[in-house]
Amino acid sequence: MEKQPFDNETAKIQKIRDQVVSVDLTAQKKRALTIQMTDGVLIPRKDDGHVLNSWRITFFSAIILLASLVMFKPQPYRDIFMVTIKGTPVTFQATIFAILGALVIGTATGLGSVSKRRWVNMLSGVYVELIRGIPLLVQLIFIYYAMGRFFRIQGMAAAVVALSICFGAYMGEIVRAGIQAIPKGQMEAAIALGLSRSQAFRYVILPQTVKVILPAIGNEFISMLKDSSLVSAIALSDILRKGREYISRTFLSLETMLVVALIYLIITLLLSRLVGLLEERLHKNG
Amino acid sequence: MARIRIEDLSKDYITANKTLVHAVKHADLTVENGEVVVIIGPSGSGKSTLLRSVNKLENPSDGKIFIDEDEVTNPHVDLRKIREEVGMVFQSFNLFPHLTVMENITLAPVKVRKISQKKAAENAMNLLKLVGLEEKADVHPPQLSGGQQQRVAIARALAMEPKVMLFDEPTSALDPEMIKEVLDVMLKLAKSGMTMLLVTHEMGFAKAAASKVVFMDDGRIVEVGTPDEVFSHPKSDRTKQFLEHIL
Ligand SMILES: Nc1ncnc2c1ncn2[C@@H]1O[C@H](COP(=O)(O)OP(=O)(O)OP(=O)(O)O)[C@@H](O)[C@H]1O
Ligand SMILES: [Mg+2]
Repeated sequence: MEKQPFDNETAKIQKIRDQVVSVDLTAQKKRALTIQMTDGVLIPRKDDGHVLNSWRITFFSAIILLASLVMFKPQPYRDIFMVTIKGTPVTFQATIFAILGALVIGTATGLGSVSKRRWVNMLSGVYVELIRGIPLLVQLIFIYYAMGRFFRIQGMAAAVVALSICFGAYMGEIVRAGIQAIPKGQMEAAIALGLSRSQAFRYVILPQTVKVILPAIGNEFISMLKDSSLVSAIALSDILRKGREYISRTFLSLETMLVVALIYLIITLLLSRLVGLLEERLHKNG
Repeated sequence: MARIRIEDLSKDYITANKTLVHAVKHADLTVENGEVVVIIGPSGSGKSTLLRSVNKLENPSDGKIFIDEDEVTNPHVDLRKIREEVGMVFQSFNLFPHLTVMENITLAPVKVRKISQKKAAENAMNLLKLVGLEEKADVHPPQLSGGQQQRVAIARALAMEPKVMLFDEPTSALDPEMIKEVLDVMLKLAKSGMTMLLVTHEMGFAKAAASKVVFMDDGRIVEVGTPDEVFSHPKSDRTKQFLEHIL
């Protein structure tokens, strides 16, 4: 039987598909060292001069603008700043807890989506589709109210749960992509040694996945930090809430929102640079 | 009783565009205890598929495979037990990059065979001596050369004290100057009486170590014989053509 090179190629791809490990046709293509998720902020890296420059311009303009407003026009900006900045710890607290929750849900979902059990697969798939198809704000408010009605959980805890569930789906996709970025030979070698699939995941696949998805998790953290402002309206005394309260007392809506925006912007830019540095570190260490 | 017995084995793949590929067609092969059997043949002739069926990395469509009295192809068999007994060395090494050489070797003995970390480390050290890499125990695999990585991979497989070792083109990914160091280890292993089934085009190794050479073409086992029979007096025309092509 003579085969064309093209047939051979598709056969090879099929071969990858049929392996014990991988279920995704594109797994081979995604074998990048790091996973890049497209939504979210730009991550400034040393090797990406363009983004790094824009980052510098935006970051320092934001700082200078905020500082000069507070210094040269303290009435009302100093006031606004002092009030809204008090929301920062709450914003961070909610983000950190929610990202941990999302990681737990995301790992389960990611493992579920590469599972060989049909129904587990299906369950993860449906969860991801459901979450991705509904606007974040709608989900957050829905879950928030549901938590209150059925579990009597409110405030910070409810906000954290809502954010975790919403971001768990995206995290699950990251974990799945990360698992599929690990060459299939790793799973093969592990099971050929007599490890069970779950042992192989635990000792061989997931430790490598963590390294691959760390930057993507950083991105999610930043997105979550921003999106946590969505629940603030109903639940948290975070930066945005503080600002809105201030507005309701003083009616300085535009001025207050300017400061709120600048605070978010500065935090986000700062964090995105940190993620960039983290990526550079990971690349250096191979 | 033969160590490995392959009876009427067939494997079909369904490709992405829904056509059927008969990768292996009605293959029969036995490997006796202590034998070294070398499979040769053109690309796509089904060598890897046959080899990988032995520890069920591929799931055969038809036929039976036995390792001693255990039937690998029995759907109710405990595959993990069988895989513990069958070492495998891959073309691309497949070492675990996040673990040190020592951890690579001790992982399965500790987690699967449940022997103590200390005992496993002792064994690993002995194996590293065997493959000449005892000073690399604490290094991570990406820092090793290809030849060194493949020797570690052999040590890792040996750490489970397998009855059988499978090799799928263990030297094809290596630079020429590193092939010998790996073949030397494999020769040592062959001399020690290990039962080996391998796919390789290293004729020197086959001549020196093989009890049998198997020529595969288009999914079929075309010819089986001693290295001398197959290399010097091939019976089939396909074998002749193939040998002229690669020698
Ligand atoms: N998972 C798969 N899906 C579809 N076809 C496959 C798959 N694996 C192998 N094949 C096809 O089966 C045939 C035998 O493949 P196999 O890898 O066993 O050959 P081989 O002799 O090892 O070749 P090589 O020397 O290139 O490694 C080839 O036609 C190959 O394209
Ligand atoms: Mg092959």
